[in-house]
Amino acid sequence: MNFYAIIAIYRFEMARTFRTLVQSIISPVISTVLYFIVFGAAIGSGIQTINNVQYSAFIVPGLIMLTVLMQSVANASFGIYFPKFLGTIYEHLSAPVSFLEITIGYVGAAATKSFIIGIIILATSFLFVPLNISYPMWMITLLIVNCITFSLLGFIIGILSNNFEQLNLVPMLIITPLVFLGGSFYSIEMLPSFWQTVTLFNPVMYLISVFRWAFFGVADVPIIHSFVATLVFSLICTSIIFWIFKTGYKLKS
Amino acid sequence: MSIISISKLSKAYSDGTNALDDVNLEVNKGEIIALLGPNGAGKTTLISTICGLLTHDSGEIKVDGHDTVTEYRKTRQLIGLVPQEIMLEPFETVYDTVRFTRGMFGYPESREFLEDVLQKLSLWEKRKQMIKELSGGMKRRVMIAKALSHDPKILFLDEPTAGVDVELRRDMWNLVNSLKVNGVTILLTTHYIEEAEMMADRVALLDKGKIIFVENKDALMTRMGRKELKINFKSPIKKIPSTLSKYKLALSEDRLSLVYCYDTKASRTGITRLMRDISNTGFVLQDLKTSQSSLEDIFVSLIRK
Repeated sequence: MNFYAIIAIYRFEMARTFRTLVQSIISPVISTVLYFIVFGAAIGSGIQTINNVQYSAFIVPGLIMLTVLMQSVANASFGIYFPKFLGTIYEHLSAPVSFLEITIGYVGAAATKSFIIGIIILATSFLFVPLNISYPMWMITLLIVNCITFSLLGFIIGILSNNFEQLNLVPMLIITPLVFLGGSFYSIEMLPSFWQTVTLFNPVMYLISVFRWAFFGVADVPIIHSFVATLVFSLICTSIIFWIFKTGYKLKS
Repeated sequence: MSIISISKLSKAYSDGTNALDDVNLEVNKGEIIALLGPNGAGKTTLISTICGLLTHDSGEIKVDGHDTVTEYRKTRQLIGLVPQEIMLEPFETVYDTVRFTRGMFGYPESREFLEDVLQKLSLWEKRKQMIKELSGGMKRRVMIAKALSHDPKILFLDEPTAGVDVELRRDMWNLVNSLKVNGVTILLTTHYIEEAEMMADRVALLDKGKIIFVENKDALMTRMGRKELKINFKSPIKKIPSTLSKYKLALSEDRLSLVYCYDTKASRTGITRLMRDISNTGFVLQDLKTSQSSLEDIFVSLIRK
């Protein structure tokens, strides 16, 4: 295992985060605060509680997930796309590194950034609502797992993208709708039965559901379903990345 | 003893272009070998395939006895690559970008070593500057520093002096010579044939993906190189006298000189007899000049064949 390569990539990517602090960290936090104001204060005044949880608190896990998933995909996809765009990817391909080491470096850095943002948002939410987290260790674990899983997805998007437009297309057209329709701001029990069934096909719903369970002990679907969904999603992403590096698809000609 | 061994290497691009066609090449340890050839000959493809940037369709590449596909970690560890294009992260500092490459090759940060590399390339003073703030020549130096950051045993220089100023070119030549003294094997592609002529121990000529020949540079120049003797006269000659017709002489346009081509390897060059016969004609000599055909002349003549 080339640990120095992993550290080099990780360090290089984290340096980019600190160079672009406003864009990387402050901007998503400001967006989340605005969500709190709109959904928590304005809409929340009309909905008192869901599953005996105060609405402004109920949306906290969804808000964290919304930002963390988006940031994980964006950070990882940009992280690997930028060397492709600049041509510096030649270093990765000519260095004694395996696909696993490159993936750990980029996904690790992207997941770290997303995790930091998630924690900042959580800390910010304490300013708006009283929170009593039921399973803090599970909450942290799930946050880390989701950061990694969606960074893996972002990494794939970054490799497959041919331009900046494609880089933004998947997060904008797929991830955002899935998160919004996955119960970020509501319980799926509030939906008509047909839409409840449709929502069951949304993988993000499982992630939000189990994450909310870690906060309040209540979930839309059995938590074992959520764990299985997360595991399957991670395995699919890892397999695709392995195949890309094995074949050199979009990397080597 | 060869450090790179390429056998029956073929590579075709998806558009059907045969970039490499049954290439066989042995690169000896510690030598400087120049890959010459016209644009699209396959020079960069060959280097990229050895480094792992491109996949090959068939054949085998061994570096220090290790296969570049199955034992890629061992082979890549030995190689430093300076690509043709300048490809750098613009917002990183010089030091960090070189440190990154060292890490990628599996080495811990060594400030002493990196300082030494940056000093040699006159980059130490600029180590804290962002890449985007550097001139083109300085960026080219950073590319070389990156390639040397893990102390490679083999260095690939793909058109290293393309578009660089005279000073950098001279620095680069000095650096290449010092690396050679330290036992580094250097594979160089260049369009500047005088560069190959000056630095290379051997020359490989590629054309249309095929190796046309690989030969010791000096031997090649002796074998293929023609030498010319230019004899200048004080006054113009109307025509070449019949007593000189047995020599292969050419009269210059201004009719003030005769050009005699001869083979340096031949047991008799014929110069002594020619000079005696010229003396007998009564022509008054003004000057004599000899010149040898350059590697470029040889290269052009071989490609035309």
